[in-house]
Amino acid sequence: MPKIPLDWLEESVPLVPGSTGADVAAALVKVGLEEEGIDGGEISGPLVVGRVMSLVKEAQSNGKTINYCRVDVGEHNDPAGPGHKPDNKVEYPPSRGIVCGAHNFVEGDLVVVVLPGGVLPGPFPIGGRKTYGHWSDGMICSAKELGLGEDHDGIIVLRHADGTPGLLPADVALEPGMDAIGLLDLDKETIEINVTPDRGYSFSIRGVAREYSHSTGQPFTDPAGRVEIAGTAVADAGESSAFPILIEDAAPIRGKVGCDRFAALRVTGFDPAAESPGWMKRRLTAAGMRPISLAVDVTNYVMLELGQPLHAYDLDHLVAPIVVRRANPGEKLVTLDDAGRVLDAEDLVIADSEGGHAARAIGVAGVMGGASTEVSETTANILLEGAHFDPITVARSARRHKLPSEASRRFERGVDTVLGPIAVHRAAQLLVEFGGGEIESVYTDVNATTAPAPLTTTVDFPGRIIGIDIPADEVVASLELVGCVVERDGDDLTVTPPTWRPDMDAPITLVEEVGRLRGYDNLPSVVPVAPPGRGYTHAQKVRRQVARTLAESGLTEVITYPWMSEQRLLDMRAKPEGILRDTIKLANPLSAEQPYLRTSVLATLLDALKVNLSRGAKDVGLFEVGRAYRASTIGDIPDYFEGGTITPEDVARLDEALPQQARRVAGIMTGDRVPTSWRGKGEPYDWSDAIQYVKRAVDVVDLPVTVRAGDAGAAEAFHPGRVAQIWVGDEPIGVAGELHPKVLETLGLPARTVAFEVDLDAIVAASQGVFESAVPVSQQVLAKEDFAFVVDAPVTAADLTMVVTDAGGDLVEDAHVFDVYEGEQIGEGKKSLAIAVTLRAADHTLSGDEVLAVREAIVAAAGERLGAELR
Amino acid sequence: MTDLSPLDAEGIDAAVAAATDAYQAAQTLDELKEARLAHTGDKAPLTLANRGIGAVAKEDKPTAGKLMGQARAAITRAHDARLAILEAERDARVLIDEAVDVTLPTSREQRGSRHPLEALQETMCDTFVSMGWEVADGPELEAEWFNFDALNFDPDHPAREMQDTFFIDPPESGLVLRTHTSPVQVRAALARRDALTNEGRGIYVVCPGKTFRTDELDATHTPVFHQIEGLAVDKGLTMAHLKGTLDAFARSLFGPDARTRLRPSFFPFTEPSAEMDLRCFVCDGGDPDCRTCSGTGWIEWGGCGMTHPNVLRAAGIDPDEYTAFAFGMGIERTLMFRHGVKDMRDMVEGDVRFSQQFGMVI
Repeated sequence: MPKIPLDWLEESVPLVPGSTGADVAAALVKVGLEEEGIDGGEISGPLVVGRVMSLVKEAQSNGKTINYCRVDVGEHNDPAGPGHKPDNKVEYPPSRGIVCGAHNFVEGDLVVVVLPGGVLPGPFPIGGRKTYGHWSDGMICSAKELGLGEDHDGIIVLRHADGTPGLLPADVALEPGMDAIGLLDLDKETIEINVTPDRGYSFSIRGVAREYSHSTGQPFTDPAGRVEIAGTAVADAGESSAFPILIEDAAPIRGKVGCDRFAALRVTGFDPAAESPGWMKRRLTAAGMRPISLAVDVTNYVMLELGQPLHAYDLDHLVAPIVVRRANPGEKLVTLDDAGRVLDAEDLVIADSEGGHAARAIGVAGVMGGASTEVSETTANILLEGAHFDPITVARSARRHKLPSEASRRFERGVDTVLGPIAVHRAAQLLVEFGGGEIESVYTDVNATTAPAPLTTTVDFPGRIIGIDIPADEVVASLELVGCVVERDGDDLTVTPPTWRPDMDAPITLVEEVGRLRGYDNLPSVVPVAPPGRGYTHAQKVRRQVARTLAESGLTEVITYPWMSEQRLLDMRAKPEGILRDTIKLANPLSAEQPYLRTSVLATLLDALKVNLSRGAKDVGLFEVGRAYRASTIGDIPDYFEGGTITPEDVARLDEALPQQARRVAGIMTGDRVPTSWRGKGEPYDWSDAIQYVKRAVDVVDLPVTVRAGDAGAAEAFHPGRVAQIWVGDEPIGVAGELHPKVLETLGLPARTVAFEVDLDAIVAASQGVFESAVPVSQQVLAKEDFAFVVDAPVTAADLTMVVTDAGGDLVEDAHVFDVYEGEQIGEGKKSLAIAVTLRAADHTLSGDEVLAVREAIVAAAGERLGAELR
Repeated sequence: MTDLSPLDAEGIDAAVAAATDAYQAAQTLDELKEARLAHTGDKAPLTLANRGIGAVAKEDKPTAGKLMGQARAAITRAHDARLAILEAERDARVLIDEAVDVTLPTSREQRGSRHPLEALQETMCDTFVSMGWEVADGPELEAEWFNFDALNFDPDHPAREMQDTFFIDPPESGLVLRTHTSPVQVRAALARRDALTNEGRGIYVVCPGKTFRTDELDATHTPVFHQIEGLAVDKGLTMAHLKGTLDAFARSLFGPDARTRLRPSFFPFTEPSAEMDLRCFVCDGGDPDCRTCSGTGWIEWGGCGMTHPNVLRAAGIDPDEYTAFAFGMGIERTLMFRHGVKDMRDMVEGDVRFSQQFGMVI
């Protein structure tokens, strides 16, 4: 995001007297430009110019090579003599010893040295220290360490030993020991701001200065207005000396021609060796760009100042005419970053006519130039391009080639359509000022831009949306201030937005301008009155209560990520065609290991259990309410609605096609449910607890639950002999029981860990709209009958309970198995089930004969249907 | 020793006194019983004297009877009085002897807990439901066009780049993990559109839920997070109503003095758009070293604005007739500054110790 050096900003808008960077940032926040950071003003000395007197390369055991440098820092030098211990065995001339890991400098170079006592941005106080077997008195600084940009590849060379310029030009007098803070303008502040996508013009000093003016009322002077254009523009070069430019877009994207303006201006005969002035280099550096050469620096400088990306071609390598066209499929281009790129037919390219009309691509429009016509250290003649490209074309190319450049960032957000000719002249004038040469007097300006469309609104519209009365005069003044041309006819306004505000495309956007200039600080606070609501839905109530019930029953709720690996499916013994393998894959997962969305909540809950165990917990019970996603249910996703309006039917069709993503509730428990304590030994969680938790969850809606033995088809991760299917009505809603010993072994989880997972949406659906009907509470006396039956081992408690309940008819109030016994007395393959039955009639006390009749009926039925014998 | 005569008043008095003394001397219920047996048993002088009444002269019988009756009553009183004292002492001692260490651990089952994000989400929803708003849900796996295009994100608009989206493979599936809960706003508006246009019933909904963006997990980012968004559509709604709603919400979560401020910003689905800051509820702007607001006095809480007419049009609602506002905030972020959670990772790793710091209601 743009970095704005305050001294540069001040050329277009005077700062409020006494303002600091923080004050300027606060002013910009008020109008919508958020601060991201403030550089500068954080450095305190000694930070000085140093001359590298000697440099000894020393290989280190860690593979690095460091330089032990003696640096002349003028008045800060130690006197001649032995160095600081441990460098005290050698006599040194007046200097300081500094260890440096960078290798982009040689003896004799002038560098920037921070000495002990100095403070670098961070704050990072510097002291002398022993390192790599030497005493190092501070450090030789890189641009990044000084907060001058991100460049951390090497240290700053102010001037090279051979006299060639480094960061500072030759005409700046440099002496060892000079204060470098003032020299590098490190006392000047730069603020970095975040520009929202609708405000491309704020990617410039010009735009930010305008916004600062809006916020503070300080007068704004348009830097574009200061540029004088002496020459004559021609659209068609014809016979003139202007460079011919043709726009031949055969395949506009979404109906928009890729280039609607192209200004081209020659500058000839400048000195290729001329260097950029120091202030320009410093401003570029402060703004986050690296100074390269005068021609390149000037184009960057003008872009930062005005917001118009520019490109400089080596004129001697160009063959006229330049043609703006779509790329040929498979066409190749080497871009400025020396990367070979294969172009797409949608890419807009700048081509010259080397090898035939428009034959050679020399740049991807608005994204990056090509290497073949790049300016070099010998370039004396250039052609400057200041064009206006379609934001969509540029955005797509930048994305396609993963090339977000300074230019593309601006074009994507919209560049002022009037700037092209102004910017090329500003650049040409700077180039001539510092490098000599001539600007051609007839230049090309192909201009097919259209003026912004006027918007109609009424003077009260902004006030009606914002909720305050805004005087008509204020509305008009605000709109004019941001650059609109306003015509007022009574209450009607016709507003023509400025050329730099392509985002102002509807009357509502005018409201925002009026609102933000006034500021939202004094907005009244009025609570709107909603119509009487319907409260929570049944589903919301059930989900909330299920979670509460499980939490109150002793489980702790967690929220895990829904990502799942292939390995996890193997861990869980997922069957090839099973539901667990009905996976949806992410196209761009965070981790290539975990590309799948979970098909079961338990699959990711396992990780949470592992985390707790790895941190020393022994007794853990967890649950999660979350979604699992199933691929096989994906239908054809209907295309985006035509005609701009979505109907409820569109949504219904979409929902039909969306993958099933049911909310499920899963739990996992290990260790003791009741801990060992002074009252006795602990009780471990076992399979029955897992089932009981599910029952409690279903009890929230009071639906009858049926527990059946065995795997219902999606329980590969469970112990086949210790897993129950849980049914509600005719639907299996999930499983509960002990996890498979192999699963536990593979995952390194404790033996006998138990778990459950059920479809919460099914519980909601089964109970939706069901009103339980109350049965009168009987006042009659209760009869209790206990039975002990010997049955074959496979007969389950549920089987017996069902038979007993059936046989007893309406009189059975409750029947439950309270004891199971297997042993020699019973015999091989048999077991004894003891069942307690309570009987009660609604309207009378049961007689002895009635109870006896029921008892006999139960014994008979158990015998007939289950082969049970009364013990 | 000669037998006591039932007419020997002095002797009887002495025997009563002896019994009374013995009772008084009894220190336990057993000793009292022993003393009672000694003084009222078969061989006790008074028992024998009583038995002797039959042998006295007829004219002396009334005297003897009276003397003996008085004597029996006196020792019974003495016994019962002592019995009451000793029983009271015994009862008191039982209560002391039965005392336990009530500070022993009482936990029988593991403590359970809600996840604080879920609990906070419920608290937030409760506030809105109490104002008559409704809570809407929607899918997490959503059509790309519903997540973006329906919300005025042009396919080529750079705003689309603001969102780091998880796409479902293959990319032409047209499915994404929703990057915000905003598509639920459109769904909720569509579901209520007829009631709005036919009955004039304004739409007031909040949409809480899980959202996804391709951020790596660190102390302040998580790829899976929770949002709550609100949408109100009605006749005559303004930014002042938006502000009022946000202030009411802030007060419910942060106390009666809470307030918000709006700063201009940009979102594709609102115009005008604003960032919303909460006045620091810890220092109220008074502490330059405040750790909750970093000394700025304000806490960035969420985004908001007047719903863009294009979004209303997409939902078939006439923007010339109705206006709407929307807002949204991160629940993780709210939990962090409201409860001093320093590291996002604590919320996602599933360590029970994190959840168990919070009650069921937060």
